[in-house]
Amino acid sequence: MDHLRFCLNDRWIDLKDISPTTTVLRYLRDHAHLTATKEGCAEGDCGACTVAVAEERPDGKRTYRAINACLLLLPMVQGKRVYTAEALKRNGEYHLVQRAMAENLGSQCGYCTPGIVMALFEACYRDDLDQPWKIDAQMAGNLCRCTGYRPIRAAANEVAGKRPDDHFAQALGPGVKDEPMQLAYTSPHTQQRYYNPATFEELWDVLDREPEARIVAGGTDLSLEVTKRYADPPVLVSLEAIAGLKGVRPGAGGGHVFGATTPVTDLEDWASAHSPPLERMLRYFGARAIKNRATVGGNLCNASPIGDLAPVLIALGAEAVLRSRAGERRMPLEDFFVAYRKTALEPKEILAGVKVPPLPPHARVSAYKVSKRRELDISAVSAGLCVTVDPTSRRVTSARLAYGGMAATPARARKTEAALVGQVWTEDSVLAAAKQLAEDFTPLSDHRGSAPYRALVARNLLLGFFEETKAQPCPRLPHPHTATVEVR
Amino acid sequence: MRKPRELEPPSTPPPSALTEVRVSPLHQPALHESGLRHTSGEALYVDDLPHPPGMLVAWLVTSPHAHARITKLDTTKAKAVPGVHAVLTHAEVLGLNNVGPVVHDEELFASTEVHFHGQTVACVLAESYRAAREAAARVEVAYEPLPAILTIEEAIRAGSFLGDAHVMRRGDVKAALAAAPVRVSGTVDNGAQDHFYLETQVSLAVPEEGGAVRIHSSTQHPSEVQAIVAHVLGVGRQRITVEVPRMGGGFGGKETQAAGFAAMAALGACVTGRPVKVWLNRDRDMMTTGKRHPFHSRFDAGFDEDGRLLALDVDIYANGGFSTDLTGAILDRALFHLDNAYFIPALEFRGRACRTNLPSNTAFRGFGGPQGMLVIEEALNRAAERLGLDPAEVRRRNFYGAAPRNRTPYDQEVKFEDNRLLRLFDEVMKSAEYARRREAIAAFNASSKYQKRGLAFQPVKFGISFTTSHLNQAGALVNVYADGTVQLSHGGTEMGQGLHTKMLAVCAHALGVRTSAIRVMNTATDKVPNTSATAASSGADLNGQAVKAACEQIRERLRPIAARLLHADPDEVIFEDGEVYARGRPSARVPFREVTAQAYLAQVSMSATGYYRTPNIHYDRVAGKGKPFHYFAYGAAVVEVEVSGLTGEHRLKRVDIVHDVGASLVPTIDRGQVEGGFVQGWGWLTCEEVLFDDQGRLRTHSPDTYKIPAFGDAPLDFRVQLLENAAQDDVIHGSKAVGEPPLMLAIGAVTALRHAIAAFGPPKHEVQLRIPCTPEAVLFAIEHAKRAASR
Ligand SMILES: Cc1cc2nc3c(=O)[nH]c(=O)nc-3n(C[C@H](O)[C@H](O)[C@H](O)COP(=O)(O)OP(=O)(O)OC[C@H]3O[C@@H](n4cnc5c(N)ncnc54)[C@H](O)[C@@H]3O)c2cc1C
Ligand code: FES
Ligand code: FES
Repeated sequence: MDHLRFCLNDRWIDLKDISPTTTVLRYLRDHAHLTATKEGCAEGDCGACTVAVAEERPDGKRTYRAINACLLLLPMVQGKRVYTAEALKRNGEYHLVQRAMAENLGSQCGYCTPGIVMALFEACYRDDLDQPWKIDAQMAGNLCRCTGYRPIRAAANEVAGKRPDDHFAQALGPGVKDEPMQLAYTSPHTQQRYYNPATFEELWDVLDREPEARIVAGGTDLSLEVTKRYADPPVLVSLEAIAGLKGVRPGAGGGHVFGATTPVTDLEDWASAHSPPLERMLRYFGARAIKNRATVGGNLCNASPIGDLAPVLIALGAEAVLRSRAGERRMPLEDFFVAYRKTALEPKEILAGVKVPPLPPHARVSAYKVSKRRELDISAVSAGLCVTVDPTSRRVTSARLAYGGMAATPARARKTEAALVGQVWTEDSVLAAAKQLAEDFTPLSDHRGSAPYRALVARNLLLGFFEETKAQPCPRLPHPHTATVEVR
Repeated sequence: MRKPRELEPPSTPPPSALTEVRVSPLHQPALHESGLRHTSGEALYVDDLPHPPGMLVAWLVTSPHAHARITKLDTTKAKAVPGVHAVLTHAEVLGLNNVGPVVHDEELFASTEVHFHGQTVACVLAESYRAAREAAARVEVAYEPLPAILTIEEAIRAGSFLGDAHVMRRGDVKAALAAAPVRVSGTVDNGAQDHFYLETQVSLAVPEEGGAVRIHSSTQHPSEVQAIVAHVLGVGRQRITVEVPRMGGGFGGKETQAAGFAAMAALGACVTGRPVKVWLNRDRDMMTTGKRHPFHSRFDAGFDEDGRLLALDVDIYANGGFSTDLTGAILDRALFHLDNAYFIPALEFRGRACRTNLPSNTAFRGFGGPQGMLVIEEALNRAAERLGLDPAEVRRRNFYGAAPRNRTPYDQEVKFEDNRLLRLFDEVMKSAEYARRREAIAAFNASSKYQKRGLAFQPVKFGISFTTSHLNQAGALVNVYADGTVQLSHGGTEMGQGLHTKMLAVCAHALGVRTSAIRVMNTATDKVPNTSATAASSGADLNGQAVKAACEQIRERLRPIAARLLHADPDEVIFEDGEVYARGRPSARVPFREVTAQAYLAQVSMSATGYYRTPNIHYDRVAGKGKPFHYFAYGAAVVEVEVSGLTGEHRLKRVDIVHDVGASLVPTIDRGQVEGGFVQGWGWLTCEEVLFDDQGRLRTHSPDTYKIPAFGDAPLDFRVQLLENAAQDDVIHGSKAVGEPPLMLAIGAVTALRHAIAAFGPPKHEVQLRIPCTPEAVLFAIEHAKRAASR
């Protein structure tokens, strides 16, 4: 396809002369005159702009996903169906979620409300919201300054999983399909280009042809350059349409490969069945609408010292899988991060995925995230901790202690690890080894936490890890809970 | 509480109906008047209004320094950018370049000096944001940096103040302190709080003929916007109309601070002849507008051995930012609430406001009250901890009571018959099972090494009225049409607090019509003039009386007509539920619309204005004495928290609130105010941290870095009750104000955190906890407690 095309509130829209870095939010408000969708921050942090997009789940079923329209560039919905709060009232009748909000007095000023309605809309068509904490996780990305949330929680409890057999259920199929995402678009006005190549061959060709190209996946990081810094990237090449990059699959020789464009939501679903430490970390990764777009590859290629996937994946012994026209190469994930926000990727090379081996025998493993606010916040300190302990000697045979927020990149605490290996796994040896954290890291002070706080928390997480893995080598996060590591 | 329903009268008579009208939406649960329309986008905000043809948008050029002299300001290159229609600076201002609401100390556009980082120097108007931004980058401004004052300490040292000191005294505080068996002294600091209304500041100005301008503004105070715009344009107020559809949240942040942006839009409209929208993105909004005032206080308190206050000496300082704004009244209200719910036999309170090079801090729900209360609550907490007493019991012992324990520091009587403190204490302590849970928590804490819990009781007494007495007035305009439908205008603005929903109920009750027959109109200065801000929790109290007065005039004009139709005596006519009937003959009814149709033919006016002013309030600021408040609103909470000794993270496990809203006008709306206020207060005290760097630049200017409570921060178990049988004399239908008071119940979370933190320390440990109680603050307080335990 050479122009932008998507289905908005049941009408197909074709756009031939608009900048491809126009966000869906700005399109709705400035061009389509649909003003239900609000801008509260233009950075994914408030949820006022939430819309629903029909997407395919890993099991092939279609479902609605709540997405922050403020970070969603128009080509990211190429061929897809998008709904806004305006669409929900049909033939003069309000949708179940709208009635639930009004009847519970879930709106006061109402500015957050259309976004909340769309987050509830996703909840309405989800079939896995069987726990109160899952409802909190579903709604965590939607700030409301007025209500104190109690009535919205009540509304969410009423509608979660209700899936009325209505127009919107029918729009999910069977029989309904999206159009292909494939796209090569040039804006006649701004000359900006946007590509959704469908195959690797196309991808390498585009990258050869377009020296200025930037890779984009979910765009939850990259779009901020557009919405906050007003940059106009001239060429964007999205990996979203390349089928082979998405999803979790068994790896050759055991373990699993997480494809680079796997949305964090899909990874979280997988982790809830297969990897408690990963699940723990993803519980407090962004919020639902961010997770619906954010990808594994984008999180790692960002190379942020406070990216949340890196510490837990490093602790799990993951390898980065890099790919270019020349072929594939691999490296331990900790070596993928070479400096502050810099990766080992060469030009025209992409991260294809990460390979996570099976847990070693006798492993104790967990992951932690500490932030000022529990939900939708960036880590002050995060950690992925894994030790193996010989069951007879009780001695530590290996240790992988990876921290975020403590250095310029996500990094292992090598000296602390060394101090632990060979020791009997006791509180005393843990506390003695934790003294080495001061040698491993010199954290910074910023608005997320002071250096002394970060240092103390890094130590306490190790202590909490010791306590928590006494009973269970691979503990799940209890619900409800107070803290990232909850031991009595 | 019963399930709310559409705003239709219930079929059974309301239990607490105060008049002979038996079927009325008053005191009944109801949905928010715009609730359904909020969910679909049908509810329109200023930024949603269809763009008038030719509309220009704005981009601000702001100061990169906290304090500097402007040495050059040249807009030539900016004006040359295609699509740019004007670049507004102080030189373009047609009238006064000043938007200070109380004191004229705030320039619309900085002319010779900038006084904070983010102050507006110029405003580019262009056909697109892209062009406006590009031009803004080409506005040439040169600065010569000057020394800046950022903190209260620096301001005190430099003698940089706004306004005069405010002092209250009673008895000989020095002697009383010297004689007190227990002395607790210290300092209390609180940080700022950003309003974080989800809708940022926005105004749309449309030029009208004859040099007039109509402004659609997101403001709590349309009349003040009108006045300020008139000054800036140098015209009479008759040329300026300000209209407010609704706000996407205000919380005080749009009481004064919407005016400057409205003035820029209006000036732009005059200069260019085009409609102009001034809308701030989140970062600009947070960097340029003022916040809740940070306060620094020193206190010295004397207690007896039972924890009863004998004397309290306090110095409080407010960080006002660069201009006065409402700082004077906010400082006053902080002093008025240093007592909270407690009688203080001997006292001296001294308050000062500091001028600093920060955005001008402004109204925020509670208006200084929360900052004042924090001081006495800290003193009580410390005393209870030191004496090893239950802090709830210490609070009860200090409550206002019978004479002579019934006089506030400013000598207003806390009327014994209206004092709800003991009733609230009894009810909430019982329903929350405080005693049993406190024991259970002691057992939990003894058995848990890393996690501890805390429980606390928190009362609130909050004075209701603008403390600037003349502001306590309101107006309304009611138009009844010949078909029996009604347009209701009043001076209050809707920001989510449910004011329109309450006014609908008042209007429907007074006219005896159904709420579906009434439409609440946008608030507009051409409907109701000379209004006060919708603020001080007084919106329903003041406007409700005005609406009632207007409706009753019309009803009384209709009465003879109805009597004729019913063949009854006018005194016998009852207006109810969209019909009229004669007392004792409820089966013979005539529809209201027939009465109005007849009234029209009979040449009877069905339009009326209503007006109200609060009687008998006065205050002498020099003497520090008077009766500034019409009455007090009360509330009480029991709060339970759990903290982690490893990370300092904490959670609200359960919150019980019993709140006194009198005879609630609409209980579902009031409950929402209580819940929302509590969570907002909790945010201020625990997770919201406004941080400036040493250059006076705001570091936390978006929700990425500034954290208001999120969904999962709401208490896991949240029980709110409205005090029953609590009608208040002399207030609209016995109701009481509710907007602000519940916010301060969240101080209980701090006391509960202290209780949990103390469990890490030795017996009688005095906790050192700074505000906001972020995980970091809590963890360091725990470390301090642990060190004390190991000594
Ligand atoms: C509100 C909000 C909350 C957030 N919360 C969290 C959080 O809690 N924890 C956290 O870790 N992160 C968080 N993030 C950051 C971000 O969402 C994640 O890092 C996300 O995983 C990025 O993925 P993406 O696909 O959206 O990246 P994109 O924005 O598409 O890309 C990010 C960068 O990676 C490059 N890139 C992407 N994929 C590849 C690839 N396969 N090969 C080579 N280069 C590639 C792009 O060129 C770009 O430079 C948050 C972001 C927002 C806006
Ligand atoms: S506008 Fe705030 S999340 Fe999109
Ligand atoms: S209702 Fe106002 S922000 Fe949610």
